[in-house]
Amino acid sequence: MSAVPKPDTQRAYLSVQNIEVIYDHVILVLKGVSISVEKGKIVALLGANGAGKSTTLKAISNLLRAERGEVTKGSIEFEGRRVDRLTCNELVRLGVCQVMEGRHCFQHLTVEENLLTGAFTRKIGRAELRHDLDKVYSYFPRLKERRNSQSGYTSGGEQQMTALGRALMAQPSMILLDEPSMGLAPQLVEEIFEIVRDLNQKEGVSFLLAEQNTMVALRYADYGYILENGRVVMDGEAASLRENEDVKEFYLGLSTAGRKSFRDTKFYRRRKRWLS
Amino acid sequence: MNWQFFLEVLAGGLLAGVMYALVALGFVLIYKASGVFNFAQGAMVFFAALTFVSLVERGMNFWIALLATLAVMIGLGIAIERAVLRPLVNQPPITLFMATIGLTFVLEGLSQLIWGSQPHGLELGIPDEPMQWLSESANINISQFDLFAALVAGILVAVLALFFQKTRIGRALRAVADDHQAALAVGIPLRQIWAIVWAVAGFVALVAGLMWGARNGVQYALTFIALKALPVLILGGFESVAGAIVGGLIIGASEKLAEVYLGPFVGGGLESWFPYVLALLFLLVRPEGLFGEKHIDRV
Repeated sequence: MSAVPKPDTQRAYLSVQNIEVIYDHVILVLKGVSISVEKGKIVALLGANGAGKSTTLKAISNLLRAERGEVTKGSIEFEGRRVDRLTCNELVRLGVCQVMEGRHCFQHLTVEENLLTGAFTRKIGRAELRHDLDKVYSYFPRLKERRNSQSGYTSGGEQQMTALGRALMAQPSMILLDEPSMGLAPQLVEEIFEIVRDLNQKEGVSFLLAEQNTMVALRYADYGYILENGRVVMDGEAASLRENEDVKEFYLGLSTAGRKSFRDTKFYRRRKRWLS
Repeated sequence: MNWQFFLEVLAGGLLAGVMYALVALGFVLIYKASGVFNFAQGAMVFFAALTFVSLVERGMNFWIALLATLAVMIGLGIAIERAVLRPLVNQPPITLFMATIGLTFVLEGLSQLIWGSQPHGLELGIPDEPMQWLSESANINISQFDLFAALVAGILVAVLALFFQKTRIGRALRAVADDHQAALAVGIPLRQIWAIVWAVAGFVALVAGLMWGARNGVQYALTFIALKALPVLILGGFESVAGAIVGGLIIGASEKLAEVYLGPFVGGGLESWFPYVLALLFLLVRPEGLFGEKHIDRV
């Protein structure tokens, strides 16, 4: 396993190469991140708080600019085409759709209206809208029951489903999913990930998901990248990451050598960072 | 108590309320879609009315002048989005609010710079006189013009409500109002939406400007009717089109009734401050207004 990944640009569907992101002209958040997602795969971005997972996703979906962030170096390609300068609207039309951290449903709209806003870019007729709504409801039966409730009054799990369903209405080929497990009960987390896998297999949607819940994410993902302090420190097949001793120790809380003192941990982390 | 007189005061008040509601509508539109309290709405009303009157006075046909003013207001909306809103994306609401205060001065100055500052009369062809048959049959005097204004307001509200509830753009407007970022994420182009909202608000300002201009003359004082819209908004709720109407009716009716029936006890002049007291009391009981959106907090 190499510390610095070299994405295979030939096969990559989405390829992020060596991007650097600066917020407010001074805060350097990503220091050269390279990631590639193959078509039809689920790829997980893992790491602790502030590692740069969300920033990476927002750099791809171009929501960064609204937060005064900017991609200053590197390039982002989708289906072999540079997309770093496109607006969110153009990206959604191309098929890249982001589900933001913390759901961000439109609170005062009903669940169904939320879903309908997802189809904004498509300009389709009533019949087709109805058909797509029914498809979303087939994946999220619970949303059908709550279709007329204001989404602000639905539960966290239902809001996550609304946010995912809303993205689906844009008929994306790639969904950037930010922290789907945030604030949800473990059982719901499983449910959401099962749906993600379903969508991946049946609809052929590729996923790039950022997760702190490493254990769950690695169970559902095909490939994983681990970010630390704005750099990719490790990447590999999900299965191999799951078996990796360092990952087990630092992200899964499993260790063969019993408890370690915090000082050793810190030292190890620093060494690893320098090496990368 | 003389019930005929009471009815006359009530009807007059309700119809005056509709006029307030017309102004309040413009605020509601912009507040709904961008969460900004647009202080410049009064100036927009003035600008629209003055532009229309000046065009007519320069010999333009009534309908052509109407269309030309509409085009100007839509252009203004788009220009405001370009010059004021776009550079301030993602700033706190108070910053945007301050920007609209600045906009007020620019608009007031600009309109008087272009068209001059003398007051104008405006004639819509509908006399501000009591309707004959009603005065004769029931001895109640209600102005024809007031009724016309109510009709216009009714149509305007129906159209806006349909637009917001049923259309793709309307839904997108409400989505943007709720969450800018999420709207961006699903591919709703904020800039386009804002330009649309300000253009629609410009259209509403034009309608309000015509009505108020015909009633009070087109003059600088027209900008102050925006202040009368404030209690209407507090009562009806800032986000609700229906609220603007109901709030307007309540304010209009209550201020007239208060003036007539309570005025004598306090020496008159009640009309000018009663709505604000009512709004203040209302704020204590129901800060989101009658139809406003409740702030949803998850705990």
